[in-house]
Amino acid sequence: MSILIDDRTKLLVQGITGREGNFHTTQMQAFGTNVVAGVTPGKGGSTSAGVPVFNYVEEAVRETGANASVVFVPGRFAGDAVMEAAAAGVELIVAISEWIPVHDSIAAITFARSHGARVIGPNCPGLTSAGKAKIGIMPNYLFQEGRVGVVSRSGTLTYEMVDELSSRGVGQSTVVGIGGDPVIGTSFLDVVTLFDADRDTDLVVLIGEIGGRDEEIAAEYIAGRQGKPVLGFISGRTAPPGKRMGHAGAIITGGEGGPEHKVDALRRAGVQVFDTLGALADRAAEVVGATAAV
Amino acid sequence: MKLQEYMSKDLLRQGGIAVPAGRVAETPDEAAQIAHELGGRVAVKAQVLVGGRGKAGGIKVADSPEEARQAAQQILGMDLKGLTVKKVLVEQGIDIDVEYYAGITVDRSQQSMALMLSAMGGVDIEEVARDHPEAIQKVRIDPGYGLRPFQCMQAMYAGEFGGPINELAGIVTRLASIAEADDAVLAEINPLVVTKDGRAMAADAKIEIDDSALFRHPSLAPYKDEAGDDPIELYAARHGLPYVKLDGNIGVIGNGAGLVMMTLDIVRQVGGRPANFLDIGGGARADVVRKAIEIVLMDGKVDGIVMNIFGGITRGDEVAKGLLEAASTMAVRVPIAIRLAGTRAEEGQELLIGSPFEPVGDVASAARAVMARAGSATVPAGS
Repeated sequence: MSILIDDRTKLLVQGITGREGNFHTTQMQAFGTNVVAGVTPGKGGSTSAGVPVFNYVEEAVRETGANASVVFVPGRFAGDAVMEAAAAGVELIVAISEWIPVHDSIAAITFARSHGARVIGPNCPGLTSAGKAKIGIMPNYLFQEGRVGVVSRSGTLTYEMVDELSSRGVGQSTVVGIGGDPVIGTSFLDVVTLFDADRDTDLVVLIGEIGGRDEEIAAEYIAGRQGKPVLGFISGRTAPPGKRMGHAGAIITGGEGGPEHKVDALRRAGVQVFDTLGALADRAAEVVGATAAV
Repeated sequence: MKLQEYMSKDLLRQGGIAVPAGRVAETPDEAAQIAHELGGRVAVKAQVLVGGRGKAGGIKVADSPEEARQAAQQILGMDLKGLTVKKVLVEQGIDIDVEYYAGITVDRSQQSMALMLSAMGGVDIEEVARDHPEAIQKVRIDPGYGLRPFQCMQAMYAGEFGGPINELAGIVTRLASIAEADDAVLAEINPLVVTKDGRAMAADAKIEIDDSALFRHPSLAPYKDEAGDDPIELYAARHGLPYVKLDGNIGVIGNGAGLVMMTLDIVRQVGGRPANFLDIGGGARADVVRKAIEIVLMDGKVDGIVMNIFGGITRGDEVAKGLLEAASTMAVRVPIAIRLAGTRAEEGQELLIGSPFEPVGDVASAARAVMARAGSATVPAGS
């Protein structure tokens, strides 16, 4: 199985004719993703990366049956792009764009939910189901098919984590980057819940960072269930309060969002939290090995 | 972008919220002139972005223009928690009967804006949240409909607000509209007061505008230089590089916010003190790497630099080229150790062989190598 995306995913790329959109479309195709359409207003009727381009999303969905979309348009237009995809009936909308105004994210996520769509991101690297499909910008070569689900707020830390796992022969089911903004469409809790229900995932790896309470909220759920083992890592352990560490959402404010609280909450929920990704990957190799042997 | 009190009050006034009459002054003479125009008692308030200005001596009451001049003389140029006061707000004095708190903030877990109200005004809301969480009323704001008057009234009655409730609720609904219209991520009135003659008004205000939305608010651009950022941070921001100044001596450069944060943690774990956070982002070319090194070296305290690159879109050979370009175009006065992995890492490593920047296998080793060569003072791990 895997979660959220697989070989039935028919992907639409919003902003396909831009530099990033075009490059990553070819990368996603190389990974095996079925990219069925692109949208760039004014470029309808052309092709980009061998994919037909439409002027607007509703037309693209009508003509191609796209059921997922990835948004590469600049942040100031991205909220609108997410809404357009949701209004056209796209079920999964992955917003890669950074610098989306928070008020736009709030409106777009609320609107998408009211149309039955799920938003991943914004400001995220996307998601990958190893051996099946990739949406977003994660490097293709990292992945190995397997039974570990990874969820992370950071892009490069995700890559590094997957690299550590793959180099130990520990493959992944699905890897989800939920994004570094304060307001995001899909939370740790949402993804851990999906991994719990996925028959092809045996172990969950959660890579959190300072800011907000998303890790704590997931910890409450993890503590109260009989589910799969979870291994954790929190970055920004030494970040000073009040400073925004690159990600718009990575900031400790008024006693909320500090790393100790997150580590404590996860540990109390039975999650093993590690100081390095290498140590986490070592443990993952033991756990998955043990599970496979049962 | 955090706005000074006087700018925040400008936005409130434009949005129809009552604030004390007053203007900003940059000299004692101007302060006296404003006090003369206002007549009677005035407050002279330092305009700096730090909390606890009153306790630190940054707010004084004056009964005459001459006293206002003296107060401004004392406050202007004053150092408040590391920031120099360049402006004072001279405001008509008000007789306060009751102090409340009202704030609009981003509620991350609800993916919405939220209203926070408390009858315990005039103190730091974070203290109230910690010591008296029951004294805070929180209302989720539906992005489709905005904050409705009944929600305000309900929360005010539940929170035991008294006095001119209709007027207070009017202020709070307007505050929510301002937050929406101006892309605020925080819009706070503290205290929201009722005066002895029964008027409701904003006695102090703090607004923070979403940096990602500044393109929609060109009128706020002039405020950017007063946002209180460190000069190196401002310079880096102008070059599109997220940089945060820290207090140590080991410069840190990496690609991706999470990776850089982890690198700071590792530098600490091996006993070093990071001097900064700098994220070169995804897909950085050689010139960006060179600029990043220049920015880190602007901090005179830096004794060495640790670079941590995990190439995804970023290519290891480009980073190596940038490093070599930096060395050939400027004086790199400190040791640099680099950990290079991911896309084209091997090509990058080959380029660096024989240069002063030989790649190191992992971040901890890179940090140790730099610290040893910098002869930097170390602190115990975990401090």
